[in-house]
Amino acid sequence: MTDQTQQAPGAAAQPRRAQTANTGGALGLRKKDFAIFLLVIALTLFAPFLLNPFPGNSAMAQFNAGYPDLMQRFVIFGIFAIGFNILFGLTGYLSFGHAAFLGVGSYAGIWSMKLLTLNVIPSIIASMVVAGLFALLVGYISLRRSGIYFSILTLAFAMMSFALAYSVLTPITGGETGMQLQYFDARILDGALEPGQTPRASLFGLDMAASETLRFGAWSFTFNVGYYLAGFMMLIAFYLSIRIFNSPFGMMLRAVKSNQNRLNYTGISPKPYTLAAFVISGMYAGLAGGLLVAMDTQVGAERMFWTASGEVVLMTILGGAGTLIGPILGAGFIKYFENIVSTINKSTLEGWFSFLPDTASDIVVTLIYPFVGKGWHLTLGLLFMAVVIFLPGGLVQGTQKIATVFRRDKKAEPVESAAAEQRKSAED
Amino acid sequence: MGILEVKNVGKRFGGLQALGDVNLSIAEQTVHAIIGPNGAGKSTLLNCLVGKLIPDTGSVTFEGQSVLGRKPHEINQMGISRVFQTPEIFGDLTVMENMMIPCLAKRDGAFALHGYKQLLRDGEIVDKAEHMLEDMNMAEKRGMHAASLSRGDKRRLEIGMCLAQEPRLLLLDEPTAGMARADTNNTIDLLKQIKDSRPITIAIIEHDMHVVFSLAERITVLAQGTPLVEDTPENIKGHPKVREAYLGESSGH
Repeated sequence: MTDQTQQAPGAAAQPRRAQTANTGGALGLRKKDFAIFLLVIALTLFAPFLLNPFPGNSAMAQFNAGYPDLMQRFVIFGIFAIGFNILFGLTGYLSFGHAAFLGVGSYAGIWSMKLLTLNVIPSIIASMVVAGLFALLVGYISLRRSGIYFSILTLAFAMMSFALAYSVLTPITGGETGMQLQYFDARILDGALEPGQTPRASLFGLDMAASETLRFGAWSFTFNVGYYLAGFMMLIAFYLSIRIFNSPFGMMLRAVKSNQNRLNYTGISPKPYTLAAFVISGMYAGLAGGLLVAMDTQVGAERMFWTASGEVVLMTILGGAGTLIGPILGAGFIKYFENIVSTINKSTLEGWFSFLPDTASDIVVTLIYPFVGKGWHLTLGLLFMAVVIFLPGGLVQGTQKIATVFRRDKKAEPVESAAAEQRKSAED
Repeated sequence: MGILEVKNVGKRFGGLQALGDVNLSIAEQTVHAIIGPNGAGKSTLLNCLVGKLIPDTGSVTFEGQSVLGRKPHEINQMGISRVFQTPEIFGDLTVMENMMIPCLAKRDGAFALHGYKQLLRDGEIVDKAEHMLEDMNMAEKRGMHAASLSRGDKRRLEIGMCLAQEPRLLLLDEPTAGMARADTNNTIDLLKQIKDSRPITIAIIEHDMHVVFSLAERITVLAQGTPLVEDTPENIKGHPKVREAYLGESSGH
């Protein structure tokens, strides 16, 4: 950079322009990315308000999602999907076994709480380290193949992990019943509890389950310690993922997806890059697993079942693979459906349509009922199909389409729409 | 002793002897063309040079070091770059990013973990890529997706990406295949300019005799997996064996 003055004036000016286009935001992020980051911070911080828009006594209270348990799931599965997106969105390698890392992370976390301390920090660190090591092993073997064979290998690993956790390794996984904390666990750092005391996960004495409720007429908003810890972790995870997306490392990962042949003949070995991405996303899954344990202090093997691996794939694609914020949206969407639409039962529906004449009400309820309650998968499936067919860039592309209707100038092309376009062109 | 020495190389695919007993020496800083009718083994030979195929017999040495048993990216790091018949570029990436990758590969080798800041701080990679794009007359297209470039521009970009690595040997596999006349002539001019402006050896596989005779200083004619003759373009033009190989091929149709 020092000898720029000796170069032709045009040559000197262009690199500088290229650089200024990359900055403009704070924290080493581009302006656009920084705005997205601020948006995610705001959403996370004010989620207790945003997710509880309806007064508690109204019929719409059914759709309130602002209770701690669900909010924790939003952010934890957000982390899971953000990590998955680093592998799938950037390199195009579709892992079908990521729940294994979530599960392994959970087991490592609960053992840290059993053997060391109820503090969640060592437990989360243990989750990430163990999941990362496991991902290194699985990735090293699975990445010998690409495409569908890679997916099958990861699926096989995940199913083996599930089978091991469910039966063979019962002494350390609890088998069918899973693992819970007990008062008589060793806990070298904390010391044992009295019989009858319930072990509670904490952050230096701050109980994860502690909540503060703010009442405001018919509205009530709950602020939960565990949620804010998980939310904080998600913000860190999200920030790191933006940095990875924009780094030369991220560029190499996109190059892997684009053309491995050229990469090889450019003197770059794709394997260490894909393996690094695999381990990073495995550690994200481990973090999510560790946080799940920190919230509810229990683990079951079903956390590693293949449907759980499939769920994170759905989240990422639904939100928009290869986009920054997509996986968070996707995770929120699916968890919302799973927890809200599934609770709508027949009598709720009847309540809503009671203003209609009896026969009409019966018909409407009969038509809608298969899509709610236990049938929520049906709605999700239809929604997923609609997104994949009409919005191949996921929900992110949907919001962009809406945005362009309102604002006609499309001159600033952010990473998000670029990724959506790539997906489109890849399918053509 | 040439920069690339191929000795007694043979390759068999099942019952087909693709390469018989190939001996070839490419002298430093020359343009060496390998021609021959379809099925003569040109592509097989090229694939043996870059590590895509491993020959059954013989040896291939580049600057005195054997390339056999090395992976394509290792051979590339030794100083051999390859341009493909259909341009192989990173279609999903921008033109600028396409150019930055070989610059990073040249500086940091086969694998390096870089944060975002580091790239901005040293700026050297960005500068180099920017210069290379200017050399290729593509600077104003830096923000475009490489997939949306025209065929001719894709070829220019690919050649530029190879040159960014400062290879000592550039292998071109039918670089003008499927190109219009104007694009072909542009590519010939570009390759001439490359040859004159830097210390590079170029090996070119080509069907188009116009391209071959405009560029090559030495020509090897390959037929049925063995080199028929090797000589200067002037002598090759009138060589009876070459005529026989080509005419024999065309009378067979």
